[in-house]
Amino acid sequence: MKALIETIVTPLVDHPDDVEVAVKEENHKQVYHLTVNEDDVGKVIGKNGRIAKAIRTVVYAAASDSEKRVYLDIM
Amino acid sequence: MKQITATGENVEEAVQSALEELQTSRDQVEIEVVDEGKKGFFGMFGAKPAIVKATLARNPVQDAETFIKEVAEQMGAPVEITTDVNDRDVHMELTGNKIALLIGKRGQTLNALQYLTQLTMNRETDRFYTVILDAENYRARRKETLENLASRLAEKASRTKQNVKLEPMPSYERKIIHTALQSSRQVETFSDGHEPKRSVVIKPAK
Repeated sequence: MKALIETIVTPLVDHPDDVEVAVKEENHKQVYHLTVNEDDVGKVIGKNGRIAKAIRTVVYAAASDSEKRVYLDIM
Repeated sequence: MKQITATGENVEEAVQSALEELQTSRDQVEIEVVDEGKKGFFGMFGAKPAIVKATLARNPVQDAETFIKEVAEQMGAPVEITTDVNDRDVHMELTGNKIALLIGKRGQTLNALQYLTQLTMNRETDRFYTVILDAENYRARRKETLENLASRLAEKASRTKQNVKLEPMPSYERKIIHTALQSSRQVETFSDGHEPKRSVVIKPAK
């Protein structure tokens, strides 16, 4: 899942080296926390959060088989 | 498009330094020699460095294919892609075992993937590409569904003499509705709201 998030985000940003995904396990959910370079924040969120929404849609679809609920935090 | 200028004692060296700076290999760039340079006498008088312009050749279509393949693979639904490029319109047909996962409810995953692919493709190009992702003929089936829905709701609008608002849809799906009802005399259509919640409204004709 972590690799998937990185694969999606990396081509969208100007500073691919600064893309980081941290995982936090909680009782019934898995929280993925995505951070990118300050200059790239807009590129992963988009106008009205359109890009963020698309990223979440793809990630949540991939997580549909997993037992735990998956969340994606951006920044 | 990424382009740099590099210099060196001769053309070969200039090219090498350009490749180093771009961190790439010779087959990925286009080289244009600006100045071949001169050796001068004993390397002292009249020596001129060679200058080359290197342009990082990108193939956006190939980038897009790689992107989709990697994403699909990591989603656990590997795909094969058949690509059809018509000027700036790129049509990609995905096939694979678990394609339903990639389509999602009402195509939302496919649409999200399509949007992300388009962003990836157009990030470093001068030309703007439009991408349509399709899988198992989903777009054609969806078009048929939307056309049926359009005619049913048009009938409802003209019967009840009230506006009928559809659920939010992406622009190309709204277009299908508008087009389907364009020739109708009973109703008019327009779109209302802001992206991504913009939706078609069917209005009875006066």
